[in-house]
Amino acid sequence: MSSLLVLAIVVVIGLIAFLIGRQRAAAQDNGTVKPHSRAHYHGWWAFLLAVLPALLLLAVWNIGSSFYLDHHIHAALPERTAESAVASEALDASLVKSLARGLRRLDAKALAALPATFAELQPLLAAKGVALATDTQDYMIPIAVEANTVQDRLGLIGAALTFALSIAGAFYALGQILPRARARNNVERLMLWGLLAASTIAILTTVGIVLSMLFQTITFFESVSPATFFFGTVWDPRFSAAGSGGSQGQFGLIPLLAGTLYIAFIALLVAVPVGLMSAVYMAEYASPKVRAVVKPALELLAGIPTIVYGIFAVVTLGPFLRDLSAALTGGSPFIQGQSIFTAGLVMGVMLIPVVSSLSDDIITAVPRAMRDGSLGLGATRSETIKRVILPAALPGIVGAVLLTASRAIGETMIVVLAAGVAANLTINPFEAMTTITVKIVNQLTGDLEFNSPQTLVAFALGLTLFVLTLVMNIVALYIVRKYREQYE
Amino acid sequence: MTDIAIDMTQAVAKPQRRDIGLKARYAAERRFRIYGVLAISVGLAFLAIMLITIVSKGYTAFWQTTVTLPISFDEKIIDPDNKRATDPDALVAANYPKLAENALVAKLGINPDDKVAVRKLKGFLSEGARVQLRNIVAADPSVIGTTRDVEILAAANLDSAFKGQIDLSVEEARRKVSDQQITWMNQLKASGVMAEHFNTGLFTYGASSRPETSGMGVAIIGSFYMMIIVLLLALPIGVAASIYLEEFAKKNRFTDLIEVNINNLAAVPSIVFGLLGLAVFINFLGMPRSASFVGGLVLTLMTLPTIIIATRAALAAVPPSIRSAALGLGASKMQMVFQHILPLAAPGILTGTIIGLARALGETAPLLLIGMVAFVADYPATPFDPATALPVQIYLWSNEAERAFVERMSGAIIVLLIFLMAMNITAIVLRRRFERRW
Repeated sequence: MSSLLVLAIVVVIGLIAFLIGRQRAAAQDNGTVKPHSRAHYHGWWAFLLAVLPALLLLAVWNIGSSFYLDHHIHAALPERTAESAVASEALDASLVKSLARGLRRLDAKALAALPATFAELQPLLAAKGVALATDTQDYMIPIAVEANTVQDRLGLIGAALTFALSIAGAFYALGQILPRARARNNVERLMLWGLLAASTIAILTTVGIVLSMLFQTITFFESVSPATFFFGTVWDPRFSAAGSGGSQGQFGLIPLLAGTLYIAFIALLVAVPVGLMSAVYMAEYASPKVRAVVKPALELLAGIPTIVYGIFAVVTLGPFLRDLSAALTGGSPFIQGQSIFTAGLVMGVMLIPVVSSLSDDIITAVPRAMRDGSLGLGATRSETIKRVILPAALPGIVGAVLLTASRAIGETMIVVLAAGVAANLTINPFEAMTTITVKIVNQLTGDLEFNSPQTLVAFALGLTLFVLTLVMNIVALYIVRKYREQYE
Repeated sequence: MTDIAIDMTQAVAKPQRRDIGLKARYAAERRFRIYGVLAISVGLAFLAIMLITIVSKGYTAFWQTTVTLPISFDEKIIDPDNKRATDPDALVAANYPKLAENALVAKLGINPDDKVAVRKLKGFLSEGARVQLRNIVAADPSVIGTTRDVEILAAANLDSAFKGQIDLSVEEARRKVSDQQITWMNQLKASGVMAEHFNTGLFTYGASSRPETSGMGVAIIGSFYMMIIVLLLALPIGVAASIYLEEFAKKNRFTDLIEVNINNLAAVPSIVFGLLGLAVFINFLGMPRSASFVGGLVLTLMTLPTIIIATRAALAAVPPSIRSAALGLGASKMQMVFQHILPLAAPGILTGTIIGLARALGETAPLLLIGMVAFVADYPATPFDPATALPVQIYLWSNEAERAFVERMSGAIIVLLIFLMAMNITAIVLRRRFERRW
């Protein structure tokens, strides 16, 4: 019996309990005793008692039975010897499991007359659309069949227990219904726990990010030392080939980090002045009419996905700049089609609305009195902005720039398309350089196996990126918060 | 007269106005304003240039050239040995392109024995004709032996030539269509056989190595699945988390930790969420690669902070008097939140959700890592089947060299941008309409 079906039946039991509970509570209200909770709270309490413990049991049972099944398969496998056909016991067990999953597709008639050898079984399964690994062995077939029967039996027992618990919960709750029973408080307490659980998902996500990357990074550092990773100046991971231990690649972070920071720097060079000036203009000069048109337009610019910017950079702007530079020198172009400059420029434009909306908030947070004081003393508007507002808003603006920089460092699609893939160290902005995010994408797209340093390095890069942006974000958020408190 | 003289002497005697450089200061003021206007124009000009180049490259993708030919389903070609009753493969392996070629030869009035001329027809019609004609025969075998008009796609190069995108002044050997083919094309065009139609295939086909039969059908379905999953997971969880933090949580270390976390997650690069999905959902929990379900989960985690931040702002904007009134009338705290605060905050929550969804719809990088860059030709029946997403399909097409793919890519960008703008404009309108000052 599939878990989904069990789930559906449990919910149906719960709904029945809800209806009965509400009915019963309403019937008890005969005007003599004032009921504590309204009838539907009694119904919901019955529903929750019928469903929640049962689902908890189902989840625990499913996890437990999958462990038991693992244990069962391992015990049933023949002793490992030197001439075992399959490389490791774990692989052995996983082959049995995929075989067992494949056998599920066969109907009862085919299962009754199951062939004893893999060679005969394979076409049978292939007809059902199941592809099996070719090193599946004959001795695995009975184990897989046995595993399936054990799984069926466990599933049935689990379903029966779940239903029993669900019905017991429903009856218990229904028995509790009395006019003075505090059903509403019970339901609300559970709701509060639900709300709390939802808010911890944010923490779980962060923990998940850190742990998942940390484990892979530690495995990576077992084959490549941290010093050569963090201080290496050559990025040449080679192709991952299983078992070819000799051709170890070189994983130097420095060229990638340099490219990342260089592109982010150029992007900030574009985004900060333009974004800041437009925020100042919008906050201090623009008439409401202009504001009503320009603000949504800038928001639109922020709503365009980065892939579109990347495509624009690589299809239109890159070739244009290359041809332009060729025309300027009258021969060979000095700007390459994919270059730091192109990527930085486009990324800068992408970040304009980010800078402007962040600094808009900060500029409008400067108290009116400071502005009026300055204007009253005879300063022009631009003098007020330059000498009073901007200095007052400076910490906030620094925070905004840091937040923008962390966006620039983590940006992926623009650099994947426009910055190039060759990892070189250069200071010429018109050449191609690559970034951390580009290499994460490069190392992880396509077929991959999870134990080669070529794949694991992506997680080390990801962790570096995460830590880098995390530090910038924390500092920025701290500065912005400190600044806000100053004027509140 | 004397009055004037006195006035003049007084004017002379008046101390000179102190020079405070007013002229220079006003000039600086004007310059400053101009810088501001310039800054805004740079942003808007870039937006305009980008949209114009994309639309001018992509609008032609919505039309597709077809050739309507009277195909005679000749039994001698489809099933020469007459064994289709016994061998089901006979109809599958038949030489369907030959049928289309024969019809074209007849239409153009070429002598069928003129092998040289017939060979020049190669690459005129799409290779997709094979599948198209096979499906017609498979659906209705009685069609064999009859003749019926079929609309067949022109090959990508002819499609480009028909739209006038191929420079005919380039010498013949260096372009992809020959002069002979152009002559034939014009002949068919004059007789109305070859014409442009609205390109429904762009929205229905899956991945293909031929531009004319590739479309974003699979990508649209994949994106649709993911948006549904994000909506179903991120909205309830985000709202629940915000209610807890805004209405119930006491100010302590734990809630501080949650808050710092949410603010940080909102600024974590999206690619990191892709790494999380790969390591946890695919590698650890064993979920299928390339599935829109996993994509939906990753995008949910990514969208959650956006929704939480918007929802908290909306909840905080509801004035305390409403809370006090509800509590004063005897509502419990839970009843106050769900029956009074939440309905009042709904427009703000909705706006934040739409903006979060729009961000998720345009996101590419994390989906690349969980394997949604696969070549998927068939529609995914469930969210657990391999699929792609709209922005990923754009990325895939951007890696193709042929110009017809660039056209399709720009067309797909237009479609994506229309979706996103519709969502963003809805959010802006909602905010304007329901924005309430208390």
